[in-house]
Amino acid sequence: MNHQMRRAWLAIPFFIMSLLSLSAHAVMTIEISEYTASARPIAVVPFAWSQPDKPPQDIAWIVAGDLTRSGLFKPLSDADLVSRPTESAQINFRDWRLLGVENIVIGKLMPDGPGKYIVQFQLFDVFSGEQLLGYSFPAQTADLRGVAHHISDLVFEKLTGLRGAFNTRIAYITSGKGKGADHSLVVADADGYNPKVVLQSDQPLMSPSWSPDGNSLAYVSFEGRKPSVWIQDVVTGKRRKVAGHKGINGAPSWSPDGSRLALTLSKDGDPEIYVLDVNSGRLTRLTNNAGIDTEAVWAPDGQSLVFTSDRSGRPQLYRVAVTGGTAKRITFDGEYNAGASYSPDGKRLAMVNGDDGKYRIAVLDLENDLMRVLTEGSLDESPSFAPNGAMIIYASKYGRRDVLAAVSVDGAVRQRLVLQEGDVREPAWSPLGK
Amino acid sequence: MNQMLKLLLIGLFAIALGGCGEDSTRQNGDGGEVVEGAGGAGSSADGASTAGAGAGSKFSANALDDPASPLAVRVIYFAYDSDEVLPEYRPNLNTHAEFLAANPSVHVVVEGHADERGTREYNIALGERRAQAVRRLLLFQGAAFDQVEVVSYGEERAIAFGHDEDSWKLNRRAELKYEGH
Repeated sequence: MNHQMRRAWLAIPFFIMSLLSLSAHAVMTIEISEYTASARPIAVVPFAWSQPDKPPQDIAWIVAGDLTRSGLFKPLSDADLVSRPTESAQINFRDWRLLGVENIVIGKLMPDGPGKYIVQFQLFDVFSGEQLLGYSFPAQTADLRGVAHHISDLVFEKLTGLRGAFNTRIAYITSGKGKGADHSLVVADADGYNPKVVLQSDQPLMSPSWSPDGNSLAYVSFEGRKPSVWIQDVVTGKRRKVAGHKGINGAPSWSPDGSRLALTLSKDGDPEIYVLDVNSGRLTRLTNNAGIDTEAVWAPDGQSLVFTSDRSGRPQLYRVAVTGGTAKRITFDGEYNAGASYSPDGKRLAMVNGDDGKYRIAVLDLENDLMRVLTEGSLDESPSFAPNGAMIIYASKYGRRDVLAAVSVDGAVRQRLVLQEGDVREPAWSPLGK
Repeated sequence: MNQMLKLLLIGLFAIALGGCGEDSTRQNGDGGEVVEGAGGAGSSADGASTAGAGAGSKFSANALDDPASPLAVRVIYFAYDSDEVLPEYRPNLNTHAEFLAANPSVHVVVEGHADERGTREYNIALGERRAQAVRRLLLFQGAAFDQVEVVSYGEERAIAFGHDEDSWKLNRRAELKYEGH
């Protein structure tokens, strides 16, 4: 291990906190495997519901789950709620102060015609008794989870000053093992709910990449027993092939303005980085090197790309201007650095760092060149930044299974997302605002 | 003695690989070239060629389906992060090259594979390198350019699923896939 690398989690006790509960509809179970001692206590009181039947969604439970997964909040458990106010006048702030709770969320879910609802919520500062937020949203049954995530975003942003990323989605690949296994490209809510298979194939699928507007995915498909790159509209399911050359067609990555795709093609002999103009189909070759060049990702300003190359022997990350020219090596810590993902602000790069036979997720701070290993698996890969930059989702192993995991950028919070059946890999976090 | 055995084998292949039906004459001719291409064996070439020319069509149909044939060896394994074809696999690949040269209408897809370590797209590139290394050997030994196609599956088509060297060594491989066999 290189001396410049520092482990992020040394001081943090390892909890296996248990799950934000299981639901029959949940395809993924999220476990908070580690979390920060400074998480802020908050009460999220079950929302009022006046009808005799069960509420169509437990809004408070969804909000509490989102806040827990952020690692920055520690919602009181149901048993610890000293009272269940649903109106501001019912809140006894002194009781909550005694419990050390800093904030309280209350709300109501009200029927508003068949399949329609009004969701109302308020956020209070327990110490001052002041209302910090108060909103009311109309919603249909299918939108209720989205409304709950939106409430989480509002609460999170109000209390932390950071943008929430709860109302986003993740794309990932699932598959069975062995020959003839099904491979699926799935899009789910960021909390693992509402998984939808957008493509299924008996041949491998790889490398999903979100368009910046969140409407399309580019990916690699081996249908026809050859790799090709496709762009698919996530809403309509319509798709088109954008690269099917001889050899490798891989590693699609959207430019920040959504007009171009970086690709890896080996049509001219060995894997090189190309930029494809999505509308005109025009291809521009960006690298020219006898080694492997692949996995290009765009800097958020669109002016340069970072990619993996083994031109110096082992794989390392390099940067090249979008206009081409000489590539500059940017990673030096560890024998293997590949598969970069840019933070949304462009200040950090997450990557797979291989050292001593362990492959882990590391983050390189581009302002001071410090590299930090964030995970402690031995086969971690495919890091993808959350669109608010707070977390990195990645692929890991859990026993013999392929699972997804997430870690906060400071390494303090970790989660595991376990699919109930089969293996899951190659997560890609959508941009903000679906 | 080894050399003799090799010759004998080459001869048998040439026999086995000879063309069928109307193509047989032409393939017999090609068979001669193949054995020359196999080189190294020196004077053996003529003998093998003769054998191939002699009995060609009789065994050809079964050449790819004979489990006892060296052609039945269609998977070769690689060291970690390496695309070097190990010497132990070269005789087998030579046989495949000879077979292809003797049967110009036959196509083979060389699939390149990698173990699960490292990133998936890099492993696609690594798998392609392995498949290309095999292709180069086949071409060098007489297969024609358009007979040998390369596809890399990287780590996407593992055949062993443990997370240790026992599985990894089986997944670092190139496979020769003949259509219908």
